[in-house]
Amino acid sequence: MTSVGATVKEPGNSVKNKTGSWRTFKPILDKEKCIDCGNCILFCPEGCINKDYDIDYDYCKGCGICAEECPVEAIKMERE
Amino acid sequence: MNMIKVISANRAIAEAVKMCKPEVVPVFPITPQTTISEYLAQFVADGDLRAEYIMVESEHSSISAAVGASGAGVRTFTATSSQGLALMHEILFVAAGMRTPIVMGNANRALSAPLSIWNDQQDSISERDTGWMQFFAENAQEALDFVIQAYKISEDHEVLLPSMVCVDGFILTHTVEPVDIPSQEDVDKFLPPYEPISYLDPKDPMSLGTFTDPDYYMEARHDMEVAMEGAKDIIRRVNKEFEEVFGRKYNLVEKYKTEDAEIILVAMGSICGTIKTVIDRLREKGEKVGLLKVISYRPFPQEDIYEAVKGARRIAVLDKNISFGIGGVLFNEIKAKMDVDASGFILGLGGREVSPDDIIGIVEKTRNPTTETNQINWIGLKEEE
Amino acid sequence: MDIPEKEFLAPGHRACAGCGATIGVRLALKMLGENTVAVSATGCLEVITTPYPETSWKIPWIHVAFENAGAVASGVEKALKAQGKDDVTVVAFAGDGGTADIGLQSLSGAMERGHNLIYICYDNEAYMNTGVQRSGATPYGASTTTSPHGKESFGENKPKKNIPMIMAAHGVPYVATASISYPEDFMKKVQKAKEIEGPAYIHLHQPCTTGWGYDPSKTIELGRLAVETGSWLLYEIEEGEFKITYRPLERKPVNVYLEAQKRFKHLADEEKEKIQNYVDQVCAELKI
Repeated sequence: MTSVGATVKEPGNSVKNKTGSWRTFKPILDKEKCIDCGNCILFCPEGCINKDYDIDYDYCKGCGICAEECPVEAIKMERE
Repeated sequence: MNMIKVISANRAIAEAVKMCKPEVVPVFPITPQTTISEYLAQFVADGDLRAEYIMVESEHSSISAAVGASGAGVRTFTATSSQGLALMHEILFVAAGMRTPIVMGNANRALSAPLSIWNDQQDSISERDTGWMQFFAENAQEALDFVIQAYKISEDHEVLLPSMVCVDGFILTHTVEPVDIPSQEDVDKFLPPYEPISYLDPKDPMSLGTFTDPDYYMEARHDMEVAMEGAKDIIRRVNKEFEEVFGRKYNLVEKYKTEDAEIILVAMGSICGTIKTVIDRLREKGEKVGLLKVISYRPFPQEDIYEAVKGARRIAVLDKNISFGIGGVLFNEIKAKMDVDASGFILGLGGREVSPDDIIGIVEKTRNPTTETNQINWIGLKEEE
Repeated sequence: MDIPEKEFLAPGHRACAGCGATIGVRLALKMLGENTVAVSATGCLEVITTPYPETSWKIPWIHVAFENAGAVASGVEKALKAQGKDDVTVVAFAGDGGTADIGLQSLSGAMERGHNLIYICYDNEAYMNTGVQRSGATPYGASTTTSPHGKESFGENKPKKNIPMIMAAHGVPYVATASISYPEDFMKKVQKAKEIEGPAYIHLHQPCTTGWGYDPSKTIELGRLAVETGSWLLYEIEEGEFKITYRPLERKPVNVYLEAQKRFKHLADEEKEKIQNYVDQVCAELKI
């Protein structure tokens, strides 16, 4: 069944779709090196890095922006 | 207290809208709809209608803003005609598909080219597949009554499809006649406030107008078909409720002296007034002629039509539109839906006058069909010199 | 700058890895907060965020069609006002095609009428949702599927249509350009747009990995190069007053921006020089 007008009434329910499966390269953060600049959090297209710099691999598509934008190279991209 | 005023159908529509209290009214002027927009602007300017009036930059935007406003959960109204309706075409589908119960006045006018500002019904007939209900008024009173009922029908949760109230351009929009204007109190009694099932509220976030893949689209369209078919019963119920409050009786179709009629004319809109006069005259001469007026073109009341015409020897279907290569649309739909012996007549295109004599001619041609006239006939066409 | 932690665009959306549009929307929504209604034009953003029965939007959201985000937002704004919800922010997101081309009339109407809404054009410089066709916002020299380079063509032969200035000509209280690569600058502008009464227009430059042809990890880098080379300018026009909000310390040659993307790879030196001259001229006028 399709809802009337195909309206979706569960806000943000796309979390059901785990886009982590798209990933080829996985970002690994070395928290020792991290200087808490927030770049990776801001620039993540998925918004899947939290304030404690935990990367949610359920959604990370492995684009590598976080590693690219890390000013201290604390994130390495590793082949899965 | 209700009162009688001598007004045009456009004024009647505006008066009805005022009493139905839409909260957002986006409009754009187009002949012969324009005066509806003007009356509403004045009502707002005078504080008689507490609505957000948006003077948009096109009909495409008036219907788009109406969908946005309806999506945000309020009652809306817009109005247009001809080219404006055609410009809305894409969004008409969206409005119906998103199940926004918008009510729109349409002043029926010919489509360009050649450019014409005069009446026929090509504009709304061409939008028959959009998912909008279409109600054709014979006179200003019906225009007023249909607008009030259209809100109740469209907003019914079993329906949730938009409505078009169609009035023949100039013939109705710019001529005046006595209209019984109901009291606000009675309209309030008849029409409950709109209760949306989808809306845009930060306290309850919803996503409206989503993207469906082949797993979901077909069900959404089927639901619309079910809603449109089901709307017939809702219309019958609303017609009854309307009669209880206002005393005027309506149905999906109006039967005029069809009971014993051998020849029945089927038509929509203002022409039905002319036809009734002709029928009265012919009846005096003992000719058994009747009229079946189709009020609700969508949903299409095939059962009601068949019930009314099945006893007739032959029927004539009058179309103020043409689907090139196949003829009048109402004629073809009736032929497709029921086994009747019918002739189709194309008339009144681009404001070509239809006289009582033309109607008499149609009755004659229907009664005595020849190979030439038993299918599609053009009435009032000038002979080549 | 204090950046709100809360996210209003949920993950799980179908954007390409490295998508610039979703970064822009995330940042904008952070500033706008939960008391916001969003309108989307048809385009990448709309299809990637609302594949029924899913939605990535945590705030109310509506999509009607491609060319009418301005009109839909107008209707939404008025309906909220009619319901006494004046405190709700209305924001429209449309791509460059939905803004500069097919949606321009609707946008112009909304801006001219003075609705209290924010319109953000996420500009990736071509019709990306249909597979990289040129739009009015495609820059000179770019190869797209409908302005391809070939033996007798160097690609797009018209300069980018200047939509922010067209919006400024409407006399709206706030117009700004922004880039996803300068998030603080962008977010400050969103904040201003939110606070201003009346229409606000933000033109957000947003690299597209698929359409521009670069590695997904370079989305932010490309946006930065556009600004650092003077190919994209960051400014705002507040109540008619023009102000550059970011000046590169030293402008880099446009070549470093052009050569980082497949869409410009084919350009001969002659064309690249023309682009450099054009950028120099614009920057000289604005003292950048």
